[in-house]
Formats: sequence, C-alpha cells, structure tokens
Amino acid sequence: MMIKLQAKEIVFGYTSNTILDNVNFEIAPSKLVTIVGPNGSGKSTLIKCIDRIASPQGGSILIDRKDVTKMSRMDLARYLSYVPQSSVRIFPTNVFDTILMGRRPHIGWMGSDRDEKKVWEVLRLLDIEKLAMSNFSELSGGQQQKVLIARALVQEAEVMLLDEPTSNLDIWHQLDVMNIIRDVVRKKEITAIMALHDLNLASYYSDRIIMMKKGRIVAAGDPQSVITEENIASVYRVEAAITSLSERPVIMPLRQIVGARA
Amino acid sequence: MTSFRTLFFRGKPDRSLSRARRAGKKGSSELAHERFKFIRVFFVLGIVGLLVLLTGIIITLGPLNISVADSYAALLARFWPESFAVDPLTSRVVWNIRFPRILGGILAGFGLGICGCVMQAVLKNPLASPFTLGITAGAQFGISIAAVIGISILSGPFFIIGNAFAFALICSLFIIGLAAIKGATSENLVLAGIAVNYFFTAISQLLKYFASDEQLRLMTNWGMGDLAAFSWTNSQILLAVFVICIPLLMSKCWDLNIMTAGDETAKSIGVNAERTRIFIMVVSSLLVATVVCFMGTIAFVGLVAPHMARMVIGGDHRFLIPASGVLGALVLMSADAVGMNLIAPTIIPTGIMTSIVGVPFFMYLMMKGKRKEFWT
Repeated sequence: MMIKLQAKEIVFGYTSNTILDNVNFEIAPSKLVTIVGPNGSGKSTLIKCIDRIASPQGGSILIDRKDVTKMSRMDLARYLSYVPQSSVRIFPTNVFDTILMGRRPHIGWMGSDRDEKKVWEVLRLLDIEKLAMSNFSELSGGQQQKVLIARALVQEAEVMLLDEPTSNLDIWHQLDVMNIIRDVVRKKEITAIMALHDLNLASYYSDRIIMMKKGRIVAAGDPQSVITEENIASVYRVEAAITSLSERPVIMPLRQIVGARA
Repeated sequence: MTSFRTLFFRGKPDRSLSRARRAGKKGSSELAHERFKFIRVFFVLGIVGLLVLLTGIIITLGPLNISVADSYAALLARFWPESFAVDPLTSRVVWNIRFPRILGGILAGFGLGICGCVMQAVLKNPLASPFTLGITAGAQFGISIAAVIGISILSGPFFIIGNAFAFALICSLFIIGLAAIKGATSENLVLAGIAVNYFFTAISQLLKYFASDEQLRLMTNWGMGDLAAFSWTNSQILLAVFVICIPLLMSKCWDLNIMTAGDETAKSIGVNAERTRIFIMVVSSLLVATVVCFMGTIAFVGLVAPHMARMVIGGDHRFLIPASGVLGALVLMSADAVGMNLIAPTIIPTGIMTSIVGVPFFMYLMMKGKRKEFWT
C-alpha cells in the first residue's frame, strides 16, 4: 500500500508567536524526506503538528486523501508513527516491553503471540535482539534511539516521523541510525519524514529535503537543488563552500554572515 | 572520487541470522524473555497463595485456640456446610470476629495498592500515592466538620463516615477539575494536589483548635487508621465499589504502560494522555475515598506496594496492577496481625503498625534489590 501525505496551509503558534506560517507540501510514497532549518525555524513543531502531538490552529494534513485532524488518535496511530528525540523513563522498563508499546493500535486486551513475534522480528531487523531484556534507561544513546525506532516500526504505520534522531549520537551511531532508516524505507516501502540539523547527513541520505526558515518553507526538492550556497547564506546566515561527493552536495561552513538581517 | 559508502561502511554490522535462528530454535534472548514471562505469572500466583496461607494463619491468632485447618474449614463451611464440619463456637469466632477484620485489611490493602500503582503511572511520579491528590486531607476535613460543627451529609451510622467519603471525593475532584482547566499534565495535578492538601489540612487544624477533648480524640483516632470499624456491611460496600472500579482500571493497562513513557509518546501511539489521566484519577479517587472513609489514613501501603511489585516483575501493568494490589493486601493484613497481637489485649492502630512493620521491610528490599530502580 502506498500512501501520499499532503500538508495544506498549516498554521501553528502561541498567542503572539507564530511558529508555522502557512506551510504547504506534498510527499510521494516511500521516500526519505528531511526537514532542515535553523533553530526555531519550526522543523520539530511541523513534525509534531503532522502527528497532532501539537494541534495546528489551521490547515489540514491529508494521508491517502483522509484528513488526520478528523481521525481518532488510535486511527491516526495506524497511519503515522513518531520517534521522539529521546525518552526519559521514570520507572524501569525493559527493551522488549518498551517496543511492545508500539503494538497498542493493533493489540487486544491481553496481547497475543503475534504481537510478540512482530517485536522479535523488528529486534532482529535492527540487530538489537540481545538487548531485549535490558533496562531501557541503562542503554547508550545510540541503542536507545534504535529501540525508539523499533517501537515506531512495530506500529506498522506507513509514515514514520522522526525528531532529530541523530542529535545525541557520535558519527558511527549517526550513520548506523540513518542506515537503518534508509533500509526500512526501502524494504518496507514506508515514508520517513525527519527533522535534522546535520545538513551533510540530510544531503547524503534524503530523497527530498524541505528547508525551513521562521515557520515557512523556503526551498524543497532533491538535495542538489536545496543545499546551495545561496540557500545556506539566506536561511542560516552562513557562508559555506559546497562540493560534491557521489553526486550529493557536501557542505563546509566557512564563516558567519554578520549584520545581515535574519 | 571516494564515495561515502566506501569511506564509512566497511564496518557495517553483519545482520545475517545466527545459526540457532536458521535451525528454527529460540535465541538466548527469547529464552530469557520466556523465563521472565513465567516468573511474572508465577510471582502473581505465588503472592495470591501466600495471601490465602496467611489468612489461615492469622485467623488462629487470638484468645480462643483454633488450628489452621479449622480456620479454613470454618470459612469453607459457610459455603459447603455438608463437606466441612466445624464446632459452632469456632465458626462464630472465625466468621463474626476474626475474618471480617482480616477481610477488611485485604480489601483495603488491595484497593490502596492498586490505586498507588495506577496513580504513579499516570502522574509519572514514583512519590505519588493515593494521598497525593488530597484525599486524606479532604476526608479529615469532612470528619472535622462532622465532629466539631456537627454537620454531615448523612445521618445515623454513616454520620461521620459519609462526610469523610463526600469530602475526600469533593477534594480530589476539585484538584482534577483545576488541572483539567489548566491542562491535565502530571505536574499540574501534583502541584494542585499539594496546594489543596495544605489548604484543607489547615482548616482541619483550625477546627481542631476549637474542638473539645472528645471531638479531638475522635479526629485523632481516625487519622491513625484502624480496621476496627470494619464490619461485614463495610466489606460489602467496598466489594461493590471494587467490582465497578477495578475492571475499569484493568481495562486501561496497556494505556498505563504507554503513559509512563510520557505524553508525547502516548499521543503518538494512539493514547489520549490527558483524558486517560483524568479517567484514572476519577476512578481511583472513588476507590480510595471508599477505603479511607472506613479506616482512616494508611498512607504507606499505596506508596510502596507498587514499588515492591515493580522490583520483581517490571513495569507491565497487566501484571503490575494485580501484583500491587495483592502485595498491598499482604502488607496491610500482616501489619495489622502484628498490631493486634504484639501487646495483646491492647490493639495498636493499623495505620501506625503498617509503617512500623512495613518501612524496615521496604528498606531491606530497597538495599537488597538487584534490579536497578530509579532511586539508584
């Protein structure tokens, strides 16, 4: 099943502060899409608005031409899964139970062997089977991120939303997590939409990049068309040199542009 | 030009299946998980068995000598009079004097343990207990009004108890209402709970200041928490409330598991976090108010029974809710048995004894526990 996601005129803000200002986009099925932009540009908020963790004040989000703003939470969870940036656990929970939570939209009252089988499948897919009985809070940042991705995967939603999945990780784990996301997008034919700070990771892994500034989309398209010196200068106020590796732009930030209006 | 792939992916982890998996056998992690699931079920059944065993033993304690076998026979004879023969005196002592108090302890402990468990989950706070939401303060206030001013919503035998129940419920619903208007986050609920707690406690203190000696004694006794007031009628009322409330709480066990991971995660997995929180709070307030109005303050059980259960069986509420209930019942009935017999014929109030017996036991578990908890 292929699902197309459309956002139409999304508006979100707190009393005097507009965070998302009339955001429109359309995402084709089974693509890896990253949303980039400076701090406060509304990347994470947009991700949260799509999943209705934050409720947009205006606009609509259509999945398969169905408006998610009119769906019950449980129905929505069958279409969209969400991977938070990190997760703090107050009470000890093992990895298996943490991932099993993701089966909630499909689960009966007692849970079934089928749900447990799904969890084992995903644990094996991400190569974290050995962690199944470990306490989630005692894992490293990279392992925790994988567990959170695993929880989203057992949800079996067609669209996976991720909020800066690499932000707390070293470069080995950044690649590990990005590889996993790219692999599941291909193998399971799902769409992944993630907010990301690292422009080079975005450039190397994305099918499409959406670049945001102050709650508006300023550029969208394939990495070559979005990661350009002009866009980096106007959106980030940074002068950057851009070269190319395997036909993907690689950015080297050189200096801040001082005095220019943000 | 060197590609990213050759630069970075030489050490890509091998995701091929292990030999055991290809042979269709369960891996070591799966076996460990099976073992864990078995321990979970075994633990819950084990503590239920212990509860039954202790009930038989505690019935034997008292001036009239009754053997353990006779105590079970006396209980079963009520249901199958043909199969179990007991002499009428034993039957009367067991059924009318000793068992009602034990049953009261079991029911109260069960209710408090379960409520502590679900409240800790929805408030994401290990310090939450059935009393965080001002239920005791409200009940104490109700008692003070009935005792000092002489006004109650009910008359007759429920003159004082009825007021305690009503004000316990009013107080906690007020807190839940406040939080619901401001957004039912766990922080708002805990803060509103603490504030309202102080307010009602202060008014109760004020009433105490003007109370006569006899009124003071009434208020103090209730504050200590005692099972002495428990009769068959009380147990029936409690049972009726249990039959309604506990299935409602159990029906939310998956949502409770998810709520401990935070509101954002809960929403993304399909759980309406705020609505679930209010639902759980209303149901458990009703349950706790019923327990508290009959027996007064027994704060410790609701706080620690869930922690004890979590140490052994982890955080899955399908097992954690019943285990917290049974452990609460075990702690309360054992503490009460000690209080009844330690310096007999003087009976030490249940609330006092629960903390004196329970706290050292809990400290021992805390120091001894292998499982890493949030306080380490």
